[in-house]
Amino acid sequence: MEKFLAQWMPVDASEHGPYLDRLSANVHWLMLLLFVGWGLYFVYALWRFNAKRNPRADYHGVRSHFSSYTEAGVAVIEVILLVGFSIPMWYRWTHVPPPSSNPLEMRIVAEQFAWNVQYPGPDGVFGKRDVKLVTSSNPLGLDLKDPNAKDDIVTLNDLHLEVNRPVIIHVTSKDVIHSFKLPVMRVETDAIPGMEIAIHFTPVMTNETKEERDKWEIACAQLCGLGHYRMRGQMFVHTKEHFKQWLAAAPPAQTSIGGS
Amino acid sequence: MDAHASAGHAELEIPYNVHPRPDTGLYNGKLGVWLFLASEVMLFGALFSSLILLRTGAESWPRGYEFLNVKLATFNTFILILSSVTVVMAWSHLRLGDLKKGRIYISATVLCALIFLTAKAFEYSHEFQEGRFPKTNNFLAIYFTMTGLHGLHILGGVIVFLYFLGPGAKMWAKEPERYTNRIEIVGLYWHFVDLVWIFLFPILYLM
Amino acid sequence: MALRRQIRVGSQWMYADEAHKALREALRVMEDEKAAEGHGGHHQSFIRRYVFSTDHKWIGIQYGFTALLFLLLGFCLMILMRLQLGWPGQAFSIMKVLGESRAPGGVLLPEAYNQLGAMHGTIMIFLGIVPLAVGAFGNYLVPLQIGAPDMAFPKLNMASYWCYFPGGLIMLASFLAPGGTAQSGWTSYPPLSVIASQGQTWWLIGMVFLITSSLLGSVNFIVTIIQLRAKGLTYMRFPFFVHAQFVTSFLLLLAFPPLEAAAVLQLMDRIAGTSFFLPSGLVVSGQALANAGGGNPLLWQHLFWFLAHPEVYVLILPAMGIVAEIIANNTRKPLWGYKSMVFATVFLGFMSFVVWAHHMFLTGMGTTISAFFQTTTMIISIPSVIILSSLFISLWGGSIRFNTPMLFALAFLPMFGIGGLTGLPLGLAASDIHLHDTYYVIGHFHYVVAPGTIFAMFAGIYYWFPKATGRKLNDFWGKVHFWVSFVCINGIFFPMFAQGLAGVSRRLYDGGMQYAHAKEIASQTNPFMSICAIGLLAAQVPFILNFFYNAIAAAMGRRDEGLGSNPWQATTMEWTATTSPPLAHGNFEVLPMVYRGPYEYSVPGETAEYIPQNMPLAEPAPRGGSLLPATAVAMREN
Ligand code: HEA
Ligand code: HEA
Ligand code: CUA
Ligand SMILES: [Cu+2]
Repeated sequence: MEKFLAQWMPVDASEHGPYLDRLSANVHWLMLLLFVGWGLYFVYALWRFNAKRNPRADYHGVRSHFSSYTEAGVAVIEVILLVGFSIPMWYRWTHVPPPSSNPLEMRIVAEQFAWNVQYPGPDGVFGKRDVKLVTSSNPLGLDLKDPNAKDDIVTLNDLHLEVNRPVIIHVTSKDVIHSFKLPVMRVETDAIPGMEIAIHFTPVMTNETKEERDKWEIACAQLCGLGHYRMRGQMFVHTKEHFKQWLAAAPPAQTSIGGS
Repeated sequence: MDAHASAGHAELEIPYNVHPRPDTGLYNGKLGVWLFLASEVMLFGALFSSLILLRTGAESWPRGYEFLNVKLATFNTFILILSSVTVVMAWSHLRLGDLKKGRIYISATVLCALIFLTAKAFEYSHEFQEGRFPKTNNFLAIYFTMTGLHGLHILGGVIVFLYFLGPGAKMWAKEPERYTNRIEIVGLYWHFVDLVWIFLFPILYLM
Repeated sequence: MALRRQIRVGSQWMYADEAHKALREALRVMEDEKAAEGHGGHHQSFIRRYVFSTDHKWIGIQYGFTALLFLLLGFCLMILMRLQLGWPGQAFSIMKVLGESRAPGGVLLPEAYNQLGAMHGTIMIFLGIVPLAVGAFGNYLVPLQIGAPDMAFPKLNMASYWCYFPGGLIMLASFLAPGGTAQSGWTSYPPLSVIASQGQTWWLIGMVFLITSSLLGSVNFIVTIIQLRAKGLTYMRFPFFVHAQFVTSFLLLLAFPPLEAAAVLQLMDRIAGTSFFLPSGLVVSGQALANAGGGNPLLWQHLFWFLAHPEVYVLILPAMGIVAEIIANNTRKPLWGYKSMVFATVFLGFMSFVVWAHHMFLTGMGTTISAFFQTTTMIISIPSVIILSSLFISLWGGSIRFNTPMLFALAFLPMFGIGGLTGLPLGLAASDIHLHDTYYVIGHFHYVVAPGTIFAMFAGIYYWFPKATGRKLNDFWGKVHFWVSFVCINGIFFPMFAQGLAGVSRRLYDGGMQYAHAKEIASQTNPFMSICAIGLLAAQVPFILNFFYNAIAAAMGRRDEGLGSNPWQATTMEWTATTSPPLAHGNFEVLPMVYRGPYEYSVPGETAEYIPQNMPLAEPAPRGGSLLPATAVAMREN
């Protein structure tokens, strides 16, 4: 079933992804079982009890408790899926990895209709933001007087990650609700103004060499206005060295914003 | 509209319009108003929940007693409680067959309601003069929304009472029991509106 | 006690003494009418009779007619959207109906696409299905099925329609608002909806009217069902449809007010400049917003989904009720597991108030809360499984007639099955991560509402059309309607699951062509789906013609000769205690009495193939409740 569904699903490039896909496959097994089971019964019953074949109905019909067993069966399977898979996975999904795992942290600030990415830079601390400072060249309103802000790296629609290193992304929005979605990572969360939601995952594949490079993208899943359909960002998962190179080459906010 | 319906054509006989159905113990209108009040509970319940959510999420929350007119509101609370009493009196006199006293008490209820609304209007205009508008902050936003909605409920009650004082009272001649029932129903609604205020007053003015 | 004799009057069985009373009453009414005509035709004026009518049957017809027109409109908006989705950016001359500002040169603009989407959702749900399922079917049938002379509050009933109608007009008028109509989805999430153009205000006002209408209606239904049910009609003798309407009314009564509150708050945000849903520090198009801030956008979502989840059961329960009636009738046997179906329905109603946040798993929800809502969501799937299983098992041992209503009712089962089953991966938060807000969700709920509810509505129309008009819809064209619709509708919605698995987001103006991960599947499937949508539209033509031809003929007084008042040989009271179409006033000659369960078909030991609910038991009633032989023989000839 996993393979069957994978036929349509994008590649699965994160550590937790296969678990989600596994769960999805299990649920689809249950669905298929019920659908085929009842479907065969349905077709047979329609044929067998056609008025021509069965001119007089039987008042009582089925006397067994077969259906109670199937209903109980469905309930049991649902409990297993719920307790065995979904809830534990959610627990993992919402518990951010400890600093000891050296996670890569960043902040995503959505706006109509783009994704601003803010890396804390070498000091590992996000710079202050202030809405009053927002300009077209400083879309985040980064306060360059704050020393923590100067070394931050700000990009637009351009997300760079390192393979096999946990990522923590703080997702928020400047204006309306968007939804930050990385289909290949099986990651999605709403970007809600006034709230910062932390999500995390670990990419386990790079897209450096793959021709698929541009299929790895950031999608917006929540209606956010007329440009919703084209609110697209790029995602790159680098090897360790390449990520370092990229980081070294990326201009700090000091020059990218302050320069203008 | 009722007036024309009688001639020539038999009105539909809806059972249990006036007398209770034995197995439920209720006449239609009474069950209806209970259901309507259930939906009102959900309406105000949603607003109260919103208030709680906004308040717990807020960094700072203005205290109503610091600038709202608590004295006037306390007075208003008593007025409304009084009106709840008068409406019960109206109903019990009607049950005894005394339309005249019934009317007097209905009028007293209306009077209370009008006093309440006047006091409220006074409060509102004072807030506006002081530059406090719904958009000033979320406390005032919810204050004006909830008291405004409550005021509309009072106004609605006034209109219904006035109707039963005026054209609606014709029903008394033919169907006194039905008329009495109607006052009972409006009375139930009126108690509910009072009750909402009893919640609103401490939450907005005192806490 | 002396044996009371029973005689047959028309299609109804009554005691002789009651019949005598009825006859006297009938004579009196006829005298009255004659007298009235003598006085220069003092009948109800046209307006009171056809516009501001208080007769539940006519109000039901008003509702039905209006709702069908809105459904058609919602569908037409969708056809424009499907054209754009199938062939993004192409010019279509039909698009020009939207005007130069929305579709310059026949090319739809993104903002116009969003307007169509929001209005398609709103119209279909609030102006189409709910008024049709509850306002029309409920209004027309519930009083007849429970043996009541009318709704408990006829004037309130009229008021309910006359809140619905202007609500609909306001929604339509919003297309003319500057900046166009609402464009933030049917869910109207703030802040987007708060900063949207004026059409959103109209949408909110329209919603307030629609909510009021539903509230008035639901109070009326509940009182009617509790108070006006006929003597002997205990709860466990209700036709299943009545139970479905009963629970639906409670959902409407209790779930709509929070949305009303939410609508008021959003109106305040839009008009009075408050910030209920606006957090501090918003920057819109580079400008800091002047609002005070401090609000919470999620507050709206909670209030909205607290309504909207029960609302989806409002869309499905009446449909299940209709399907159950038609299946019992056309299998010629009682519903299997009737009692468990009833309890499942009530349980479903309760549970539907505690699952709402499964629409909000991805709004930063913690483990405990998500565990709660996942669990309730899994629990709520069980009563649906019970109802569906019972309907499936009801087929066993039946003597199934495949007429048009039955075809639609049967198709409902697997279609709802697909829709319901695809709700499961959405209900588990972990598998919802990848599927949330994709076409998988669109596929899920359309399977429930389109080949589900809409098919049930069609089934109901074909089934009860003779009740309302005295004419049957043409069966051949009905079958054409069914088969073409069935094929096309699956062609539209099934590929959506593949799109959803591929991660294609919903509400995309170009169906995903901007996104590399979506482009391939979108370009492969969208044109095909759109062609199917056009096919579906074409399939409605025979229905619409069939409907109007027969409706007009009926209005001109042409009845189907020989149809009788019980063309489907049914047992429930709308068919057996009164004529088709029913009497104008008061529904019945005398208020009927109920003696038995709703589906007494093929009762063992009886010669009669079916026994109406209002057929008296032989007296003194033997334990099994068998009829006098002479009565039974008389029944057969009908
Ligand atoms: C009538 C409408 C209706 C109904 C009945 C349902 C029923 C269910 N819905 Fe659905 N739902 C919607 C309408 C409906 N839904 C709509 C409109 C939305 C989207 C709103 C929006 O965002 O715009 C939505 C969205 C939605 C979501 C949010 C998805 C997301 O945004 O990410 C979820 C998540 O839990 C969900 C779950 C369920 C579940 C578990 C059921 C269960 O009740 C289903 C139970 C049924 C079964 C389990 C079937 C049992 C069948 C068998 C046993 C027999 C099978 C045999 C054969 C088929 C032969 N629904
Ligand atoms: C009850 C609800 C309902 C119904 C029935 C439908 C029916 C249909 N819907 Fe819709 N839809 C929604 C509710 C509904 N929809 C909602 C809530 C959304 C989300 C909106 C949002 O994103 O905010 C949506 C979104 C939606 C989308 C996604 C748009 C997007 O995300 O960008 C699509 C895409 O194909 C779609 C297609 C269709 C189609 C082809 C039908 C067809 O099945 C239509 C079939 C219709 C008929 C068959 C009409 C029959 C009527 C007659 C024949 C009338 C006869 C008249 C007389 C006799 C007088 N719908
Ligand atoms: Cu941003 Cu959709
Ligand atoms: Cu739901």
